[in-house]
Amino acid sequence: MYNRIEEKFRVLRSEKKKAMTCFVTSGDPNFSTSKKIINSLPDFGADIIEIGLPFSDPMADGPTIQKSSQRAIKSGINIEKTLEIVDSFRNKNDHTPIILMGYFNPIFQFGLDSFFKRCKKVGVDGLIIVDLPPEEDDLIIKYTSKYNVFNIRLITPTTDTKRLKKISRLSKGFLYYVSVMGITGTKKPSISKVKKSVLAIKKVTNLPILIGFGINSSKQTREINKFADGYVIGSAIINLIEDTKFKKYSSKVILSKIKLFLSNLK
Amino acid sequence: MLKKTNLKKFRKFNFKKFPDKNGRFGNFGGRFVAETLMPLLLSVQKEYEKAKKSKKFKDELDYYFKHYIGRPSPLYFAERLSKKLNNAKIYFKRDELNHTGAHKINNCIGQVLLAKRMGKKRIVAETGAGQHGLATATVCALFDLECVVYMGETDIKRQAPNVFKMKLLGAKINPVKSGTSTLKDAMNEALRDWVSNVNDTFYVIGTVAGPHPYPMMVRDFQSVIGIEAKKQILGLEKRLPDFLVACIGGGSNALGLFYPFLNDNVEIIGVEAGGKGINTGKHAASISKGKPGFLHGNHTYLLQNEDGQIEDAHSISAGLDYPGIGPEHAWLKEIGRVSYVNATDQEALEAFKLCTRMEGIIPALEPAHALSFLLKNKKKFNSKTLIIMNMCGRGDKDIFSISKHLGVEI
Repeated sequence: MYNRIEEKFRVLRSEKKKAMTCFVTSGDPNFSTSKKIINSLPDFGADIIEIGLPFSDPMADGPTIQKSSQRAIKSGINIEKTLEIVDSFRNKNDHTPIILMGYFNPIFQFGLDSFFKRCKKVGVDGLIIVDLPPEEDDLIIKYTSKYNVFNIRLITPTTDTKRLKKISRLSKGFLYYVSVMGITGTKKPSISKVKKSVLAIKKVTNLPILIGFGINSSKQTREINKFADGYVIGSAIINLIEDTKFKKYSSKVILSKIKLFLSNLK
Repeated sequence: MLKKTNLKKFRKFNFKKFPDKNGRFGNFGGRFVAETLMPLLLSVQKEYEKAKKSKKFKDELDYYFKHYIGRPSPLYFAERLSKKLNNAKIYFKRDELNHTGAHKINNCIGQVLLAKRMGKKRIVAETGAGQHGLATATVCALFDLECVVYMGETDIKRQAPNVFKMKLLGAKINPVKSGTSTLKDAMNEALRDWVSNVNDTFYVIGTVAGPHPYPMMVRDFQSVIGIEAKKQILGLEKRLPDFLVACIGGGSNALGLFYPFLNDNVEIIGVEAGGKGINTGKHAASISKGKPGFLHGNHTYLLQNEDGQIEDAHSISAGLDYPGIGPEHAWLKEIGRVSYVNATDQEALEAFKLCTRMEGIIPALEPAHALSFLLKNKKKFNSKTLIIMNMCGRGDKDIFSISKHLGVEI
């Protein structure tokens, strides 16, 4: 079955290019600006878009994404409205893969079958559910295969070879390598350690490997692109939506800041 | 309000089979954590299984239970309060007499001994009322381990004496400002710390919640309460009690008392914090008013809105102010073995005052919830009724917030 993620990597590999994946939180800072940001990301160079489903208790996220989630929840975002955003995005763009990233509780409360069915319908290609490790993801396997939505799994510095083998055997699309032991947007990864791990993972699987957590400079992305298949930028983009001094920007200013930032990265 | 339990049904039920190897109590429990923590949880589980079988570990635990905590705690016949309860006989299991003033230390000793076995040098803990933080800081002082306690800013304000004690004991208190700045948020921060420091750090969870093996491990360490109580009541009354009653936040004191009695012909009642009333939206009654969901690594009953966002709990008692409950409780409710009820802030305050004046025991606000349930239901009891209530903590920590509620300046 066709899936945009596989197609994207096929194209990128044939052109010897790497994937820039951009993460933003759905509904941050509000529904309409968020929609504009997501719609513009492919023009700014994003090869894959990751949309965060905000959760009140994001235990794997650092302060930047925590605050972003709170802003988004306050602005009234939920899964239904996020799917609306994806739906309208797909009206104009049928090739950029969209991945939803979130925590299990809001998805579970939405109803698993209707969630996956809607994902398929609006054109979501993959899911990253942070708190659903391989030990627990039998809860969704039925739906991921029925609706052809990839369950993207995380590999971390604590994942040993045995787990790595199991996880890569179960995975489709790509593997997300978490570059640091920790939460999003805080620690700076050691690129040489990441390289070592990625080379070890490549011995086990042919799946593309994307690097995420703590990536925010072209110096890092240039290095990463030498050995991995691309990277994920998250907190660094979100910091542009509302800076640390809680200054609020217009959507026009936010878009131009993101555009400038991403053009310097690629 | 209270349905009679079909006790026959559970006489031969094998409660020891739960959780299964994946940490499931029926559908509840599990390990809903990020991949970074998964390998560590597996190794904690493995080490705990080994420790459970080790005589040395058991001997060490027994030693500290006896000589450091002061176990066994007495089972005390509260004679004057009994008269208030239609002459039912009420016994207090006096875990408030433990070193550090609550049941929490039973679990801390166990987990820190395990952390030492695993060669960990740094301990993190979350705390609400401060009792678990205090117990953890105490045990870390004893074993010379670095101790970092996450505590919500709201709780830091209402539990000042415990904050000061933890600092004296050498713990570092990290104030948590996210969310409502209470126990739930402290637990998020502690988990984030653990994810960031998995190599040298052990997370000592204070209640029967969190990812497997924590709910099982904490239950096992706290079961000493029920094991002792059973022996004591059989010695004193030559029979098992008719009722067990305990307050429930996450549910560790309750499960500690209940677990050894699950197969017995005993009605078991857990009392959640009803806050300002369970229909006001300001309470911590996750079982009465929540629905099953996923938080802090386990599948359980949670206070949440229709989008699955976790809602704030409210209770006069910081120790009960948590929007979830341990997964084993969720399961015991589902199979109908334990009845879950609630008591409001006001009812707990009344019980607090009564207990203080009639028994000369200043209870913590948490067990005052359990006592208020008994007072409310006294018509159901008679002179033949035998009750054990877990007096799981003392009220020293609460005097400042209580004085505020009573309008008294101290």
